Amino acid sequence: MSAPPGVDRRLVLRRLGQAGLILGGAGALAALGLRSRGRWAGGAGPAAIPRRDLAVDPARPAAVIAAGGAIAPMVRAAVGALGGIGRFVGAGDVVLVKPNMAWDRPPEMGANTHPAVVAEVVRLCREAGAARVIVGDVAVHDAARVASRSGIAAAARDAGAELALPDDAGFLEAALGGAVLSTWEVFRPALTATKLINVPVVKDHALTRLTAGLKNWYGVLGGTRARLHQDIDTSIADLAAAFRPTLTVVDATRVMTRGGPTGGRLEDVRPVGLVAAGTDPVALDAWGARLLGLEPRAIGYLGLAEGRGVGSIAAGDALETVRAGA
Amino acid sequence: MREAERGGIYWPRAVRRIYQAFFLALFLAALLLMTAEGIRRLPVAWLFHLDPLSAAVSLLASWSLTAALAWSLAIVALTVLAGRAFCGWICPLGTILQLASWATRRLRRGPATEHNRWRPHFALKYLLLAALLAAAALGAGIAGLFDPLSFLARSLGSGLSPALHQLVGTGGWRPRIFIGAWLTGLLFLAVLVANRWIVRWWCRALCPLGALLGLIARASIARIRIDPARCAHCNRCATDCQGADEPFARHRVAECHACLNCIAACPEGAIGFRAFAPEDAPHGGVSLPRRRVLGAAAAGVALVPLFRASTLSAAQPGPLAIRPPGAQPEAGFLATCVRCGACVNACPTSALQPALGEAGVEGLYTPVLVARQGWCEPSCLLCGQVCPTGAIRPLTIAEKGWTLEAGQGIRIGTAFFDHGRCLPWGMNVPCIVCQEVCPTSPKAIWLEEVDAVGRDGRPVRLQRPRIEPGLCVGCGLCEAKCPITDIAAVRITRIGESRETGSSFRLGNRGQLP
Repeated sequence: MSAPPGVDRRLVLRRLGQAGLILGGAGALAALGLRSRGRWAGGAGPAAIPRRDLAVDPARPAAVIAAGGAIAPMVRAAVGALGGIGRFVGAGDVVLVKPNMAWDRPPEMGANTHPAVVAEVVRLCREAGAARVIVGDVAVHDAARVASRSGIAAAARDAGAELALPDDAGFLEAALGGAVLSTWEVFRPALTATKLINVPVVKDHALTRLTAGLKNWYGVLGGTRARLHQDIDTSIADLAAAFRPTLTVVDATRVMTRGGPTGGRLEDVRPVGLVAAGTDPVALDAWGARLLGLEPRAIGYLGLAEGRGVGSIAAGDALETVRAGA
Repeated sequence: MREAERGGIYWPRAVRRIYQAFFLALFLAALLLMTAEGIRRLPVAWLFHLDPLSAAVSLLASWSLTAALAWSLAIVALTVLAGRAFCGWICPLGTILQLASWATRRLRRGPATEHNRWRPHFALKYLLLAALLAAAALGAGIAGLFDPLSFLARSLGSGLSPALHQLVGTGGWRPRIFIGAWLTGLLFLAVLVANRWIVRWWCRALCPLGALLGLIARASIARIRIDPARCAHCNRCATDCQGADEPFARHRVAECHACLNCIAACPEGAIGFRAFAPEDAPHGGVSLPRRRVLGAAAAGVALVPLFRASTLSAAQPGPLAIRPPGAQPEAGFLATCVRCGACVNACPTSALQPALGEAGVEGLYTPVLVARQGWCEPSCLLCGQVCPTGAIRPLTIAEKGWTLEAGQGIRIGTAFFDHGRCLPWGMNVPCIVCQEVCPTSPKAIWLEEVDAVGRDGRPVRLQRPRIEPGLCVGCGLCEAKCPITDIAAVRITRIGESRETGSSFRLGNRGQLP
């Protein structure tokens, strides 16, 4: 082919430059694509769940009961008998206070943790110098409505806490390493907080018979957690082994004795007037079982949790009582 | 040599026709061979791998590229060298539409040169490309709906070929039946018939792959060029022009299919296909106002969140979005599937069907398993082998795991019994076909022996089938073989599929038996 008219050096250079750019660009993109694992490739894998419980101190009681006073002084007295809040929370800590805040019921129904118990725990944490105190739960009913109706949102905020609702706080895939729960979506504050204070309420439960501290960890799960009911005892033991609280404060100011976990009839709610606190979640649940007239060893998950080294059932029968007025 | 004037043969055009025939035959053979026994190892998806649109969409939508799609760089290189030669020499849809235009040439009124004038609406394909690439950037691989190779493959595979079977019979095979075959076929026929009015209307006005290649062709090294000194302005160069690129005026290189008909038609020998010829029309001859391109891209961007805000989307796939074994998780699947229907075409039992509503709007023409049509054959791996993009990953028998010990392999769904329709459950009539055909070992369907009472009061010994969810792989054999042949008494839905971590309804680790 003879040199066509109108061909000039500038045109040849421009065309070759464009060709190089297009081919180089396409080739580079292809190379990037071939090396990339893609948009949906997993990230770092499931998060680990940190241990936030204290080493056992034989000089201190593993759990105590507080009686005889208004709610706030009972909470203060129980924590005081354990060595004071300073043993559990220090300056700069980010504390998740995890109540049972799952149901659209007012406080007197006993379906949720009493707001006064939550508020006093928050106040103690603030006094101990916590940087942030977060109150949150993954509710069953609409979370914002529950937070309001339970009275916990207002009480916790007044006491100086921030409220974490599931939609805002979000979830992270976490490795539970359990017998049936391997990985699961977990409420983010339950993974990121430096201290974990479980503040359950003692209630009747249709499936497990008792819900108190260990069953309260159901409330940090997202996803299709209704699957847990297929083997609820093993699931709760898995949760109890994974989530080791720094401190547990049990609300037994009033106890739902029938129709749990939702309730709805005041006749089924018995005034008990007690608060318990401790570092042994199993002992506290065993004590709660007795309040409902249940034999702790008959609660499937308590035996399993004891077997995993979470705590002692027998210790629940030997709790000392402190007087809030004293 | 100029055959128009001198009666000789213009060889480059003859060579082009040989290329077109060859690639069309290759494409049709690939579609046929996908279904055949014994020749499964041929690279039947190779032509799809040449497609730069598929590669671009896959890259944008999934941020990754399956190795085979790197072949598309060859077409990019070809386009840089010689413009849209793919459209004129390789594309099997282009060849078919060229034939259809030729066959209907006498139906068009007026001189042929007027048929091949550029029309402003031919710029539509660039706007469609902008919209589809924008949608891809948000993770929606819907460009495959308009990709010419995908369009042709699914039109033939699940539109025209089953219709042909209905017309002429299958020589004893079970005729294949597909969801929406009428629509799939009609769309293709509409594109075919459009040529009666506008030559290669799809290629000129609609084809997003043509648009992508047109953008590259603006920089092509070799291109059509008229020597103005020799041009007699007879316009005969437009007589058989495929791209409506108007070589007689300011040649639109982005529209030119490099078919070379103009060279053959020129009585003056004024036209050549030349390296480093200057550009006649600015921007390849198509002006794309930035406002329009951005508007089209905005439309593509708007579509995706609307899809995602709907049920039957990646966040909430429908119960019938049962994907073939080896399919990526739904979001990645919707991003990388090019809707070519190769898997649907290859599936030996017709279990894989093109989705119309089953997988949402974003999943239009993606494959779903319809167990009423067929079942997923336990030892078959064809769909993953023919998938051109890796949307369905090629599996080994061991990975699929349906012929080995049950409970460890891939699961695509779960079977559920409808007790009212099941003979032993609803009518106290013995049956258990489902349990017989259940292919896992041990069987996922087990039998509960019960002593029931018949209507006449006499005792009836029955075996009532139940599902063991830890063993069920969702193959659909039970549903396919259930004697209740309209709405089966046992049916598959996608819950329990192993590709989605969130779809398990059973507690416990995967594969663990209760």
